[in-house]
Formats: sequence, C-alpha cells, structure tokens
Amino acid sequence: MALVEMRGIERTYKMGDNVVAALRGVDLTIEAGTSVAVMGTSGSGKSTLMNVMGCLDQPTAGSYHLQGRDVSRLSRAELAEVRGKMIGFVFQSFNLLSRTSALENVELPLIYQGIPARERHRRALAAIEQVGLGGRADHHPSQLSGGQQQRVAIARALVGDAPIIMADEPTGNLDTRTAHEVMGILRGLVGQGKTVILVTHEADIAAHASRVVTLRDGLIIDDRQQTPVVVEVAA
Amino acid sequence: MSLLTTLSLAWRALWRSWVRSLLTMLGIVFGIGAVIAMVASGQGAQQSVREVFQSLGTNVLIITNGAGPSFGASGGAGSRQSLTWTDLSRLSSGEISSIRWVAPVLQTRTQISSEESNWNTSVLGSTADWFRIRNWTAERGVVFDEDTGRSTAKIAILGQTVVKQLFPSSDPIGQTVRIQGQPYEVVGVLTSKGQGPMGDNDDTVIIPVGTHRQKLEKGVANYIRGQILVSMTSDELAESTMAAITANLRDWHKLADADEDDFRIRNPAEFAKAQQQSTERIATLLALVAAVSLFVGGIGVMNIMLVSVIERTREIGIRMAVGARPGDVMTQFLVESMSLALLGGVLGLALGALAAKYMAGYFGWKMFFPATTAAVAFLVSGGVGVVFGLYPAIRASRLDPITALRYES
Ligand SMILES: Nc1ncnc2c1ncn2[C@@H]1O[C@H](COP(=O)(O)OP(=O)(O)OP(=O)(O)O)[C@@H](O)[C@H]1O
Ligand SMILES: [Mg+2]
Repeated sequence: MALVEMRGIERTYKMGDNVVAALRGVDLTIEAGTSVAVMGTSGSGKSTLMNVMGCLDQPTAGSYHLQGRDVSRLSRAELAEVRGKMIGFVFQSFNLLSRTSALENVELPLIYQGIPARERHRRALAAIEQVGLGGRADHHPSQLSGGQQQRVAIARALVGDAPIIMADEPTGNLDTRTAHEVMGILRGLVGQGKTVILVTHEADIAAHASRVVTLRDGLIIDDRQQTPVVVEVAA
Repeated sequence: MSLLTTLSLAWRALWRSWVRSLLTMLGIVFGIGAVIAMVASGQGAQQSVREVFQSLGTNVLIITNGAGPSFGASGGAGSRQSLTWTDLSRLSSGEISSIRWVAPVLQTRTQISSEESNWNTSVLGSTADWFRIRNWTAERGVVFDEDTGRSTAKIAILGQTVVKQLFPSSDPIGQTVRIQGQPYEVVGVLTSKGQGPMGDNDDTVIIPVGTHRQKLEKGVANYIRGQILVSMTSDELAESTMAAITANLRDWHKLADADEDDFRIRNPAEFAKAQQQSTERIATLLALVAAVSLFVGGIGVMNIMLVSVIERTREIGIRMAVGARPGDVMTQFLVESMSLALLGGVLGLALGALAAKYMAGYFGWKMFFPATTAAVAFLVSGGVGVVFGLYPAIRASRLDPITALRYES
C-alpha cells in the first residue's frame, strides 16, 4: 500500500461564469520514506496539488487515498484531524505566529491533539533541538533570521510525528546558502523514514529529492527518479 | 484542546491588547454595575422602610404642633404651641373608634450621669401607651403601667445604648441616674431595637410624662411641648382617622373655616411608601441603564471580536493547517469573548458594590451586597459574551485554511 495514491484528481475553480481547471486528472503514487520534488511553471497547479495532497483542500473529482484511507470526501473537521496526524506543513513565508516564542509555535500542533502541557513542552524542545535551534526556544520569530524561522517551522512540522512533511517553496524566501542548509535538514528527515514532498522552481533545490514530478497546465508531464546530490555535511 | 489551554490562550490574546479589551468591557462593566446598584438600593430601601415600621410601630400617626404655610419661613413645624393636654385626654376618650392608643411624647436632649460615667441623650416623657404603640418591652425590670406613666415619680427606663454608656460594668436596675441633677431610680431596661431611620433607637431614656413636665419643662401649663402618638386599630383606617382627628382638633381649637390647621398629622407609613416609590423609580432607571449598557456592551464585544477575527486571519489559517478543527477555532474565539465579558462582569460587580456603598451612605441604609444577584449578573455577563461572540466565532471557524494562510494583514 502506497502512502499517497491519487487517481484522476481534478480541481476546478469557479470564477463567476469562468471555470479554471487547476488540476485536470492527476495520477500520482508516492511511497513512504521517499522525497519528491514537484516542479513546473507558474500557474501549472503545483500549490493546488500540494493543498489537495495536504488535505487543506478537496478535489472536485477523482480519488485520493492517504495510507489506504479515502480522504477525498471528508468533512472539514475530519480533514483537520488527518492534517494533524499525518502531515506537517512548511510554507514559503514560514507562517509562524508572531509575538509567540519558537517553543510555543512548535507546540501548536500538539495542542490540537490534546497532549498535556508538560509532554508538549518536552516534545517541542526535542524538535527544536533536532533542527539545531537548541538555545533559541524562547526567541520570537522577529528575533530570528529567515533560515532560523524556517527551521522553527520544520520543527513544528516534525513535532507531531506526522509521516509526511509537505513544503511549498520552503526555500523561496531564503538565500542560496541557507536554502541548502534547510534542504539538508529536510533530507535528514527522509533518512529517518519521513516522506518529504516539496514544491520548487529551482532545479538545484529539486536535486535534493530522489524523484522529480513536473506539472504543466494541471497535468503531470514528467516523472523521473534520480540520485539526490551529495551534500557536504556541516560540522 | 484542553480547557486550561483554551483559557490561557484567550487570556493572552486579551492581555496582548489590554487597552482595547478594557474599553470593550466598559459597557458590560456599567451594565452589571447598574444591576448590582439597583438591587442593592432596592434592598436598602426596603430595609429602611421595614425599620421605619419597626421603630415606630405599625398603624401610627404623629400629631405635632403645627405650622401651616401661613407661618411662613420664620415658622416651621412645632413653632407654635397648639396641642393641649385636654386634646390628649379627649383623643384617648374613645370618641374616635379607630384610635387604639394615644401617648404624648415630650423630648429633651440633656446630659445624664451615673456613678460610673455620663452621657448626652434624649430623655422622653411619656405614658404606658407609648410602649404599646412602639411595641417595646422591658428586657429587665418593668415599663410604665397606667399609674406610674402619669405620675411624677422619679423613675427612668433606659435604652440599651444608654445602659452601655452609663453602666458598663453593673446591673442598672435599682441604681440611680441623675438627669439635670435630679436622682431617678432605674426601673427597667428596654430590649434593643438597633439602628433606625432617625439614628440609634436604643440611645434614649424614658421617664413618666408628669415628671418630664414638672422637672424638665418647668411649668408649661396647658400646651404639649412635643408630639402626640396615635395608634390605629387598622392601617386601612388611616385616612378616615386623620380626617376625624383633624375635624375634632379644629373644633377644639375653635378654628374658623378659613383658618389653616394649627397642627399637623403625619403618617409614617405614607412617608415610607413614598420613599419606597422613589427608590423604585431609581431602580427602574437603573434597570434601563443596565439593559442598554449590556446590549451596547454586547455589540462592542461583537465588534471587537469581528475585528480580531480579521486581524488574526492568518493565525487562524496556521492553526487550521496544523490540525485545529473548525470547532477548536470557534471555541477559542467564544472563550475569548466570554472571558472578556466575564472580566467586565467582575469589574462591574466591583463598581456596583462601590455604588451601593455610596448610596447606602447617602440614604442612610445598611450596605447590601446582593450575593445571589451578583452570581446571576456574573452568569449574565458570561451569557452576553457567548451570545455576542457567537457570530464572530462562527465566522472564524468557517474560514478556508488556504485563503486564511494567504491573507496579508
Ligand atoms: N483560489 C483560487 N481561485 C481561482 N483560481 C485559482 C485559485 N487558486 C489557484 N487558482 C488557479 O489555479 C491555477 C494553478 O494555481 P497554483 O497556485 O496551483 O499554481 P502554482 O503552480 O503553485 O504557481 P506558482 O508557481 O506561481 O505558485 C492557476 O491558474 C491559478 O490562477
Ligand atoms: Mg504555488
């Protein structure tokens, strides 16, 4: 059983009389423990695909099984639960709560899983440690660099032990050096058995993945396996 | 999401913009404050009416030497002597059937002393009926009977406050007090009536009316330098009794039709009722203020919560992305609006208590803090938070996570 199984996924937006088809029948299977980069030109439907895959959105047609469960016809509350358990998101613009410490940002998913405060604390600290921000748990987002903020976001995606990390342009707001550092962390997660799915424009970011899927006009036009580039391990 | 987490989340959100929170609360603060003040004042007024009855006895009329309007500014109640001792005995004769008891009240403020100490108090001269009218009995010793009450015996009955002042350490019965130098034997001590509308009921000494006339009035012959207390067989007969007394007194005083009354009859029950009515008017006004304030306060809460939902659109998107269900988001905003309202309610309770205390001081009531009403008011303020917070909370919970995440503030 594959982790992600999409068959004939369509997503159309109604804009008055116009109908925009963002996805026009996507078939995609992703195995657990792999890393997939989704590429394509602007407007090709990458974000839409990520949103459907991440259960933030629902397809207008087609079937989507996540770990064997049909998630294409769920209520909003059920979708929220699936997101909480299965998926950790990393966004281009970090999307951390301002005026809230890194620690509390990382604790956030655990709050909605009903985990008691002390346990939340412990796990959030461990996740922050894991992304190399040990000393900065009580810093607020405004006191952190972009790369550090994205690490906090990764820690938040990790903390709930979700098997999938989804990242839409996670390096879009970072300089090259920091971008590759962040990619290093994400690759480390794949090594630990997570599945990382990321959207990117940049070929050298996609090079970190073991598979590259390319979209055009809401359809997959290319899907190939590759050997991820070798990264110099920072001391 | 646990209740504690939800609460701390709400409190932090409110605290973050505390000035705004405080301003939003004001309507509820005043609303709840008005409710508390209203109920406290209502109870205070009722209590004071009860006290009037209790300290004067029920069904009582007070006849005073009267100054009609013709006496002008120089006059004032009791400025002209017109009531006579003959009036008194005629009133007691049973001619007016609704009259039950009649007692004269002569009153002098003076210094009195015991072996141990001295004290300035009001010395009343009256008769046995006075104790019946005021429904007042002796705790120790006796009160006057028909004979001693009319006599010129130098005996005295003390109120509790006087006992405390003059005999702090011994039993006063059988001992001597000196009133204007003259020795009086203490024959009785009254039960305590406590605080009344005219002050401390127990701060008084009663001596026989004859003795009062002889020793304290020093020879005023025919006129009563004081009041006549009349008790009626029934409260309903107040009007007719007053009319009958008026007619008789005018006749006895030989007043012509055109003359003003030279006496005045007051009905304390009427007075108490009037006072009650005026506090009821205040209460109605306060109820109106309360209702309007609570409504306006509720609208304020709704408005600020709607603003807050918009300001925090992105936060809502983030929370939803990491697993917050629509219900979680709704609860978060509801708890926030409820906390806001409840906090306003608590401040309102404090304000109301303060207002009640001030009113009690102003009107001379006992201070009441209506605990049940406070509890209800507290719940009502919470209810206002829920009712007016519902719409913003529902709006927050219906946000689409993708749109919310993209929202630029
Ligand atoms: N909420 C929406 N309403 C209407 N049309 C939408 C909406 N979201 C996306 N679209 C349309 O769907 C198509 C795919 O959009 P999508 O955001 O998935 O592209 P993308 O590949 O992520 O592009 P980019 O690289 O610029 O982020 C576009 O034509 C877009 O205009
Ligand atoms: Mg996109």
